[in-house]
Amino acid sequence: MLQAAKKLGKQTFKFDNPPVIVSYASIVGPMEGQGPFGKEFDYVLEDDLFGEKTWEKAESKMLRETLKLAVQKASTSPAEVDFLLAGDLLNQIVTSNFAARALGIPFLGLYGACSTMAEALALGAMLVDGGFAERVVLGTSSHHNTSERQFRYPTEQGVQRPLWAQWTVTGAGAVLLAREGKGPAVTRATVGKVLDLGVKDANDMGSAMAPAAADSLLCYFQDTGEEPEDYDLIVTGDLGSLGLKVARELLVRGGLAVGENFTDCGVLVYYPEQDVHAGGSGCGCSAVMLCGPILKRMEAGNYRRILLVGTGALMSPLTVQQGESIPALAHVVAIEKKGEG
Amino acid sequence: MFAGAAAFLASLLKAFVTGGIICAFGQVVMDFTRPTVTPGHVLVGYVTAGALLSALGLYQPLVELGGAGATIPLSGFGHSLAQGAISGARSAGLLGAFGGGVQATAAGIVAAVVFGYIMAVIFNPRG
Amino acid sequence: MDEQKENRGRYNVLSDVIARLRMEKDLAEPELAGQKPPAGLSEQERQKWEKQADQEAYRWLVEQHKPKAPVKRNLLLAFLVGGTICAAGQVIMNYFQGAGLGAKEAAAATSLVMVFLGAFLTGLGVYDSIGKVGGAGSIVPITGFANSIVSSAMEFKREGYVYGLGARLFTVAGPVLVYGFIVSVLIGLVTFYFSSGS
Repeated sequence: MLQAAKKLGKQTFKFDNPPVIVSYASIVGPMEGQGPFGKEFDYVLEDDLFGEKTWEKAESKMLRETLKLAVQKASTSPAEVDFLLAGDLLNQIVTSNFAARALGIPFLGLYGACSTMAEALALGAMLVDGGFAERVVLGTSSHHNTSERQFRYPTEQGVQRPLWAQWTVTGAGAVLLAREGKGPAVTRATVGKVLDLGVKDANDMGSAMAPAAADSLLCYFQDTGEEPEDYDLIVTGDLGSLGLKVARELLVRGGLAVGENFTDCGVLVYYPEQDVHAGGSGCGCSAVMLCGPILKRMEAGNYRRILLVGTGALMSPLTVQQGESIPALAHVVAIEKKGEG
Repeated sequence: MFAGAAAFLASLLKAFVTGGIICAFGQVVMDFTRPTVTPGHVLVGYVTAGALLSALGLYQPLVELGGAGATIPLSGFGHSLAQGAISGARSAGLLGAFGGGVQATAAGIVAAVVFGYIMAVIFNPRG
Repeated sequence: MDEQKENRGRYNVLSDVIARLRMEKDLAEPELAGQKPPAGLSEQERQKWEKQADQEAYRWLVEQHKPKAPVKRNLLLAFLVGGTICAAGQVIMNYFQGAGLGAKEAAAATSLVMVFLGAFLTGLGVYDSIGKVGGAGSIVPITGFANSIVSSAMEFKREGYVYGLGARLFTVAGPVLVYGFIVSVLIGLVTFYFSSGS
């Protein structure tokens, strides 16, 4: 079988001139601001409306401002950015569409559910490394209230969420990738396959996504020939506490000795006292954690090589009502700080 | 005076226990069935069960025993529907069979719609 | 390159992991499943059987890690919250009976008041907290019915008063009324049949 020049093994890609993350930005809601990393985001909203009339408008404003901030921090302007890659959880990805309208950058909309940040990074890196763009700005967002009313129940309805349910993060994260510059670089990416092991509970997305996360990680390490201890941090997007445990067991059974360096953005973003049950979820979860605490630590030199495993549950409210199970996928993105790190 | 107060407290206790048990039963259903059983399913189940038990003559004793503890849960709504249908069928034949249930519960249904509307207009969801 | 090739054999693909999981599960629960698909299945049916077995094995793994829901605590809270709401209703019902209404009218009037209270508490943003604690204790009473009506209508107010608020009033109330009416008509018809027949 013919193998593409930049491909490694089954599903992984290598970037010969790793695109550089020259800037990043994140805006979060009040709850996330009260979490363990509250001070490490660029801006914390005072309420969940951000001065707008509806939550949907607020989310779009969050994404728009985060993207603008990332462009600004890179000392460039939207006119000099070649492409905008963005996606979100709402129907027809309207949050991203309306943010793109305001920015005026050629736009490629994405849907990967909660794995959108990783998907955007992988695709953005391909565009830059492939010589199709000098600069790409990419980002994603989620908002607790917009996703509750679309996927689950009205926010004022008295329902009891099970212990393994997760809390959608209100937040947006964005990154500007450039062909050259100073900063951590995207060196490799693994594109995941959709897997479905029959989980039907829309409140238990962690279990639905854990096999996909395990599969993509097994694939990454097999394709690259590396070991988990070669990385300072292997962080999944939003498996939550239950999904993380299940994924860890699947990986260990698969022969990957993941240790303390294996954790999850959903588990990290809130304090247990904030009563979010299994942890955070949503596109914004991995986006804000990456575009705040994680990249900051890479800049500071605490982390040299990390893997971001964006995980996405690919169901819709209708499929759940129709009794379908939840398909999921996971993308792996390797980010490394070369040079003086 | 004391007898009045004692009867009052007794009625409260009976309502508390009856209502509590009826609700606890719903909790068992919710916790032990698959996630596909939602609050909406539980509500439909209660109305239907209340109506059927009422038709079999088993709900009225519960009302006499527990008072509000039996009328306030949604099974009580089913009970009113059933009793209304029965008396409607007996007094007005076929038309009564169709309309009796709704007639008996009309005030409650309209109240739900009207109060619901008013509150939804005045207030905004806070997430 | 050679090192890569050598490492490729070391890690099990996820399907191998699941296959081994299945073997373990069958050993742990031998009475539940056979290890081989039944004979005489078409290729498609055999694949479906295999997929089902994989899913069962995965569910078995997840159950080992899932935290146990606090069933006893939920039951107690449902009892307490439900009982309290009903006791409050009883106070109101006693008042109406004291004011001279008959038993049935008092019950109807009480329901009206409870619906109002449920709607009001939902508007204030308090009922969802009650629901979190009380579970069925807050869903089953008629106040819970009002809560589902108001919360849905309030949420979609931003989509307009006709298709938003107006239509959404009935998202949960609708099925309750539909099935309530159906059962009531059936009961009415049965009553009619038996009372006119004799």
